[in-house]
Amino acid sequence: MPSFEYVIAFIHAWLNHQLSAGGAMLAESVLAGGCAIGLFATLGLVLVLMERKVAAVMQIRIGPNRVGPKGMFQSLADTIKLVMKEGLTPDGADKLLFNAAPFVVMITAMLLLAPIAFARKLQLWDINIGVLYISAVSSLSVLGILMAGWASNNKYSLLGAMRSGAQIVSYELSAGLSVLCIIVLCGSLRMTDIIASQQEGWWIFRGHIPAIIAFVIFMIAVTAETNRAPFDLAEAESELTAGFHTEYSGMRFALFFLAEYINMFIACAIGATLFFGGWMPFHAGHWQAFNHIMDYIPSSLWFFGKTFALIFVIMWFRWTFPRLRVDQLLNLEWKYLLPISMVNLLLVTVVAIMHWYF
Amino acid sequence: MFEELGTTEDGDLIINIGPQHPATHGVLHLVVTLQGETIKKVEPHLGYIHRSIEKMCESLSYRQFIYVTSRMDYLSSHINNHACALCVEKGLGVEVPPRAQYIRVLVDELTRIASHELWWGAMAMDLGAFTPFFHAFRERENINDIMEETCGARLTMNYIVPGGVMADIHPRFCERVKNFIALFKSKIDEYDDLVTGNIIFQNRMKGVGMLSAADAISYGCTGPTARGSGVSCDVRKLFPYEIYSGIRFSEVLECGGDSFSRYLVRMRELRESVQILEQLIDNVPAGDYQVKTKAVLKLPKGEFYQRVETARGEFGVYIVSEGGSTPYRIKFRSPGFANLSALHHMAKGGKLGDLVATMGTLDLVIPDIDR
Amino acid sequence: MEKAALQEALAILLPGSVADATGEWLQLQVAPEAWQQAAIVLRNDPSLLFDFLFCVTCIDWKTQLTMVYHLRSTVSGHTLVVKINLPRDRPQLYSVSGIWRTAEFNEREAFEMFGVDFLQHPDLRLLILPDGWEGRFPMRKDFEDPVNMIKL
Repeated sequence: MPSFEYVIAFIHAWLNHQLSAGGAMLAESVLAGGCAIGLFATLGLVLVLMERKVAAVMQIRIGPNRVGPKGMFQSLADTIKLVMKEGLTPDGADKLLFNAAPFVVMITAMLLLAPIAFARKLQLWDINIGVLYISAVSSLSVLGILMAGWASNNKYSLLGAMRSGAQIVSYELSAGLSVLCIIVLCGSLRMTDIIASQQEGWWIFRGHIPAIIAFVIFMIAVTAETNRAPFDLAEAESELTAGFHTEYSGMRFALFFLAEYINMFIACAIGATLFFGGWMPFHAGHWQAFNHIMDYIPSSLWFFGKTFALIFVIMWFRWTFPRLRVDQLLNLEWKYLLPISMVNLLLVTVVAIMHWYF
Repeated sequence: MFEELGTTEDGDLIINIGPQHPATHGVLHLVVTLQGETIKKVEPHLGYIHRSIEKMCESLSYRQFIYVTSRMDYLSSHINNHACALCVEKGLGVEVPPRAQYIRVLVDELTRIASHELWWGAMAMDLGAFTPFFHAFRERENINDIMEETCGARLTMNYIVPGGVMADIHPRFCERVKNFIALFKSKIDEYDDLVTGNIIFQNRMKGVGMLSAADAISYGCTGPTARGSGVSCDVRKLFPYEIYSGIRFSEVLECGGDSFSRYLVRMRELRESVQILEQLIDNVPAGDYQVKTKAVLKLPKGEFYQRVETARGEFGVYIVSEGGSTPYRIKFRSPGFANLSALHHMAKGGKLGDLVATMGTLDLVIPDIDR
Repeated sequence: MEKAALQEALAILLPGSVADATGEWLQLQVAPEAWQQAAIVLRNDPSLLFDFLFCVTCIDWKTQLTMVYHLRSTVSGHTLVVKINLPRDRPQLYSVSGIWRTAEFNEREAFEMFGVDFLQHPDLRLLILPDGWEGRFPMRKDFEDPVNMIKL
């Protein structure tokens, strides 16, 4: 199976042959940026369609099946429709912030694509503080949401943005603490190190109880961070129209919409990397023959398989559970998840020091 | 959907909910005064679907006005028609043949099940769970298909007329209802699994929208709204009509007074209705489906009141007749009108999310209120 | 309580009223001035305890208006129909929304449809009719609307 590293090595060699070293670096950056944008767009389209099909299956119906075979081009048709819509700016809105807000959210989402390892040796930027970078940059998306709510000059957008801001900031704590559990076990923030440490088995199995608790908390926290049901208070249709993105239409709305799905993808990618080994196939300890067979399945397939499985779980939540009320939501975080995460962190530190993991 | 009206001096926020809602309740306009997230006052503005039915009925004959009444509480349309037919028969003094009585009660209970299913799906959707809506409508389609085969329509059936029913039931009616009963019993358990036992639903509904028994009586609440507070008011038990006195079923009472109690009342009523259907479906007597009445009905001078139990509560028809072929005054005592008047009392002091949950458990159908 | 016993009890407790035992339920004619006191007696007297007001109607008899209150006791189970005749040109009646909370909405409806002025009502304004219908009483028999009403 042709591995990506050959393709990348080939392109690298060819560019260095054609241009100077600096020029090759520039060309590679542009290419990488183009790939990131392309991935952003493709993932957005695929995830929107996946959401609708998953919803349909859970609701005993078929979902989009007219545009293209099995409705494959539905997202494309939706994108074309959104592009052709009028982008209204409400009266009295702060023009700069109003226009900039969707871009802030989108740029944050794209920046987060950088440290993720999509396959063996397919990673844009293997920074030594990979996980910290992700945590830090994902916090910036709150800015975009608050900008959108404030600049819309609409009291209900502001209410939705405030609720969303409070929710995201709270749940980041639990998410961060649960991620920290794996870092403690692994010992490094760098993504390649974390994946490499799962050579003999994924952390969720090797880290037993603390890792499983951390994973459960992580899933709840990222569902809340990406404003997905059952935590979609900010967009609750029966209460607040559409929350912070009420006043957005056309392409700007499309950017918010896509950014939400990309955030969900990134959150699941992080979960897959930290808890399930990223692109690392399913190895079981030192069973060489078994591990060797598992290695035949390409690493990109492993990565995307795990990520999409977690995305499916998050979508499952949306179509099963009702919404939490805002005070119940914050209660859940501050009174339950945060204390449990802190105790779990203590537990995992003890486990790591005493070497009580597999 | 939300439109700012202004603020009062205390810094309260006045907002509108409705009159257009996403898919539920009909055209109800609530003006809510909020302080932060806490509700201070809920004021319903009615009349968006007022069709002056009472005035219209003063110029319609006693056979004609039945058609208008199925459009009032359109989810219990058979039961509305039943009330009007019973009132006219009370005035005329005619006795309906047993076969017609059995058929009337059968379609009534099927309608009650269909209404409660739609309530369940819509309420779950209000609270944010989108899937139960589809489950509810899947079963409701079965009932609609049965109705379509026998009565000719899926929503406003106009099947029950003074004297009996308009036509005999379809030959496959009993068989289809039996199949439906067999299917539905497992589905109610599924509904309980999906929604009743879910901890998020319970937290959203327990302790929310408290209504004490004394308040329920004072506000005139009937039906599951009052039975959730422990008030015994089932018309089928207190003032039995048709063959209800001979059927074995229990009145469902819960004492909690909160939204969850009202929810449980309706879920248990689904089971009771299935029990009633089971007792009747094999024993429909042969005979006439209609008693012969004159073409133009004239009620004697006087006044007649008939009450029935719709899915929402006690529906009353009060006819004042001067001996002519049209009623002099008709008053429809609608259950939703009284239930809605208690909404402010139940919702004040709670949060906006609680208002949505409370409204859901009141099961309001606005055409019933506006008439 | 049976109709006869109820009639006797009411004759003692509400001496100014006229009872009529024909018909399904006992009907009581009460004078408009006596209604406020009568309502309190009907609600609170231990032998009566009419706590459930289930139907409030207004009838336009072309020469007068009649307010009809259907009352029931959830405790004892007896039913009473109270009728109050009001003059057509200035119909006024004391509101009973402080006694039976359901009367608040029902009386607003009678006010907007028939023009009955309910004294001491907490919030007497249009309920179902939109703005602009103040002063026009559509349910009265002499209501004319050449545009919207079609007379056959």
